[in-house]
Amino acid sequence: MAFLSNFINGLSLGSIYAIIALGYTMVYGIAKMLNFAHGDVIMVGAYVSFVSIYSLGTPPILALLISMCVCTILGVVIERLAYRPLRSAASLAVLITAIGVSYLLQNVALLIWTSNTKVFPSIVSIGSLRIGSLTVTGETIVSIITCIVIMIGLTTFTAKTKTGKAMRAVSENRQAAELMGISVNRTISVTFAIGSALAAVAGVLYCSMYPVLVPTTGSIPGIKAFTAAVLGGIGSIPGTLVGGLLLGIIEIFGRAYISQDLSDAIVFAVLIIILLVKPNGLLGKKVTEKV
Amino acid sequence: MRLWKSKTSRQNIITLASVVVVFTVVFFLNQGRMLSRSLSGQLVPICVYIIMALSLNLTVGILGELSLGHAGFMSIGAFSGVLAVTSLGQYIGNPILLMIVAILIGGVMAAIFGFLIGIPVLRLRGDYLAIVTLAFGEIIKNVLNCLYVTIDADGLHVAMFSGAKLPGEFIINGPQGAKVSQHLSNFGTGFVLVIVVMLIIMNFVHSKEGRAIKAIRDNPIAAESVGLNITSYKMRAFVISAAMAGMAGVLFAMNYSAIEAKKFNFNTSISVLVMVVLGGMGSLRGSIVAAIVLTVLPELLRGFDDYRMLIYAIVLILVMLLNSNPRFQQFKITAKKKVTAMFRKKEAAKK
Amino acid sequence: MKKVVSLVLVLVLMASLFAACTKSGSAESGTLKLGFIGPLTGGAAVYGNAAKNGAELAVKEINAKGGLQIELNSQDDEHDAEKSVNAYNNLMDWGMQVLVGSVTTTPCIAVAAECYKDRTFALTPSASSPAVTKDNDNVYQLCFNDPNQGRASAQYIAEKFPEAKVAIIYNNGDAYSSGIYDTFVAEAEALNVNVVSTSTCTDDTSDFSVQVADAQNAGADVCFLPIYYTPASLILNQANSVGYAPIFFGVDGMDGILTLEGFDTSLAEGVMLLTPFAADADDAATKSFVAAFQAAYGEIPNQFAADGYDCVYAIYEAFNKTGLDAGASTPDICEALIKQFSTMSFSGLTGANMTWTDGMVDKAPAAVVIKDGVYVAAD
Repeated sequence: MAFLSNFINGLSLGSIYAIIALGYTMVYGIAKMLNFAHGDVIMVGAYVSFVSIYSLGTPPILALLISMCVCTILGVVIERLAYRPLRSAASLAVLITAIGVSYLLQNVALLIWTSNTKVFPSIVSIGSLRIGSLTVTGETIVSIITCIVIMIGLTTFTAKTKTGKAMRAVSENRQAAELMGISVNRTISVTFAIGSALAAVAGVLYCSMYPVLVPTTGSIPGIKAFTAAVLGGIGSIPGTLVGGLLLGIIEIFGRAYISQDLSDAIVFAVLIIILLVKPNGLLGKKVTEKV
Repeated sequence: MRLWKSKTSRQNIITLASVVVVFTVVFFLNQGRMLSRSLSGQLVPICVYIIMALSLNLTVGILGELSLGHAGFMSIGAFSGVLAVTSLGQYIGNPILLMIVAILIGGVMAAIFGFLIGIPVLRLRGDYLAIVTLAFGEIIKNVLNCLYVTIDADGLHVAMFSGAKLPGEFIINGPQGAKVSQHLSNFGTGFVLVIVVMLIIMNFVHSKEGRAIKAIRDNPIAAESVGLNITSYKMRAFVISAAMAGMAGVLFAMNYSAIEAKKFNFNTSISVLVMVVLGGMGSLRGSIVAAIVLTVLPELLRGFDDYRMLIYAIVLILVMLLNSNPRFQQFKITAKKKVTAMFRKKEAAKK
Repeated sequence: MKKVVSLVLVLVLMASLFAACTKSGSAESGTLKLGFIGPLTGGAAVYGNAAKNGAELAVKEINAKGGLQIELNSQDDEHDAEKSVNAYNNLMDWGMQVLVGSVTTTPCIAVAAECYKDRTFALTPSASSPAVTKDNDNVYQLCFNDPNQGRASAQYIAEKFPEAKVAIIYNNGDAYSSGIYDTFVAEAEALNVNVVSTSTCTDDTSDFSVQVADAQNAGADVCFLPIYYTPASLILNQANSVGYAPIFFGVDGMDGILTLEGFDTSLAEGVMLLTPFAADADDAATKSFVAAFQAAYGEIPNQFAADGYDCVYAIYEAFNKTGLDAGASTPDICEALIKQFSTMSFSGLTGANMTWTDGMVDKAPAAVVIKDGVYVAAD
């Protein structure tokens, strides 16, 4: 029973990591940059939702939609102002700018909403499921289902729609895509928009599950999700799902069965071992370099 | 002396000379109590971060691999240094000698870990390598947080997870960190260490190994096809980089009365990375200037109260955007041309 | 070119720092320069800002009285020892005469060493490790120290719940939490308290399912939580969702849990804690403090805010008794304040008739229990 309970907790934590990691993976695959500010967009999404529910009194679902809209706009604006000018620069330059944006978002949030902890009201209204001594919270059910839905949605989107196919094209070969008449700028903007909307969803779900919100709430899940994305093979959508879920499960299992003090170390140690065996991540594609 | 004729050597000598001059001036100002406390108190941290930036530059700028866990090596050096000073303090009376021994021990320990970590890390490429360095940095932090070391007449006692059963006095007390018994760092030591590190790096970069490493950075496949043992050279750079970070760690630890493993986290690694990128990858002079500016900048902004970190973030973004702006790059090239033209005219006029 | 520009910039900046140092240290007669160091940004900002707001309120009230005026300069240390020392140096350049700070333990240990060297008197509102006051005769604590709380908690639990199975969840990444844990365990062993489960977390932990499950499976009736109220709220939430309802017992870091914005206070029903301050207490001093704090900052103060407030008043009272004028030098003020603090008795929001021995405050932590969303004295 304890095993099952831990497994489900791991899945629920992992599904949130997966949703966050999707934003990283999409942006990395298409714009070829690591958006370290992603974790902080999550935090902004959670705050907007909180303000919406508390100050404006909107119902939770509407709050989520407002939050998604705000984050989408934020993501597109950041891309336009901070990342697009650096598209031709070294990838490390964009990384550092992303770090600057991350600090910026954290400190703006600090100024607007202060450092006082906000307890996030769960947007999930389904109660817990009790099977014997096993409890599955409503948040767990919702996050796992949301994760699956998003995954199916994204896979369909990139496979079937024109914009989705354009995204895949830009990801594979930007110059060829441009020659085919695809607007690279628009495609990348759309990618950031989707990624940021997902970040809003992740933020709201994360804070529903762990109802503590401060300006630095987004940074640790951001790093863990980045780890999950790399674990599964960055650039691959199914890989990200696997990476996220696996990371959540390893974290919980490590904490429950090996050592609580070293739970972080265990997660990272497993990551290292997996990467040594599969250097491109679990489902990552091996990229042959042409000389 | 072919060395003196090459352009990069000239640049290096200018850098070395400038550093020596500036540091000497600052040293005497400090001795004469002419510096504000703020700046005086930051002299040792500035030296520490210069060394960190220089060592990370070796990995990121010259070797070309992104390392996100550099603070981990600093951490190993710091804690080893504290252990060395506390346990050897009774045998070595001279503080300068004690400090040198501590720095060497810290550097060697960090180098050993650099080697052990390098084995898995250097097999990977690009972002995967980056993530593994991040992972190791976090693992080091986590493990050091659970480490307990005490000292008594019988020597050192070590335990993990709980220090309750250990005899003697705590040196490292798990999450409560390490208490530093002697404040051995001062600007003089930092100064000397910075010069030593600079000389090591300059020498390394200009040697056969340095050229091999740059070849590996620029085109690993071509380098391999010419017969260079990529892993061996990468390892050399990585280990030297780790050792220097360890030495910086010792310098850092001996400047405060207590250190904790939490300090050497992802954020610290990122701060050093920002210095390296801002200074220009591969550029020694750039790393030094960036390290100084970025260490001092948050303190200078203290007048802005609540907006301090916000302004810091904005400045960082603007500088990155400015540096990459093609128009600004043009401006830099034309400005450089004008300055060199002015010097040439002066030389011509002299003749 | 860029590098030359940067070098020039650095020299200009250095020159400006020079200028700062020519300001001499003594204040104009009548204004005492008080410095404050605490985490105003970063992960621990909620505690630093609370203490700072409390201190600012006290300074405002004191200045309104006329007589000795106080100028407060608050500096951020981002909960980092290095930045805390930088903040201290910055304040010394400004001409600080007495220090309130640092708020958190590890930065405070680093700053305490500097204070000792420079003979600057420091009163910390909340850095509770004994390492802060050890060997530093001019650094004083307003708060209970960790061993004190650990021991008092073990004694209380042994007395009130003698047969209980006790679980502990503490923060293994934090000096405060692990400091209290160490003494609690030592005292618990001596008193034969039955500890059945021990779990740890870190500053970053948000998922407590494993820790709570461990306590639940061990059948613990009492759960000791020597942690801050923010992670405590997550534990209460988790326990509630799995239907685990032991008696939760916290220490002074738990205070503030009722005023968490959006927190469902029914989750905290029955929680016991040791706290020096209760925002809903009836006495006039607390009432006026809470009202003034709410008016100025729009929220109910917690014990960190009360600590900051008391620190300023304690220094103010002690300083007035020394008979020195505000232009006195920092070391002179230091020696005089040491004499005062080691002999005086101070009554503030966080304790009545507080006295100090070796820098540590002698006040007995009082236990309260949360009933219907307010603190009620526990018997």
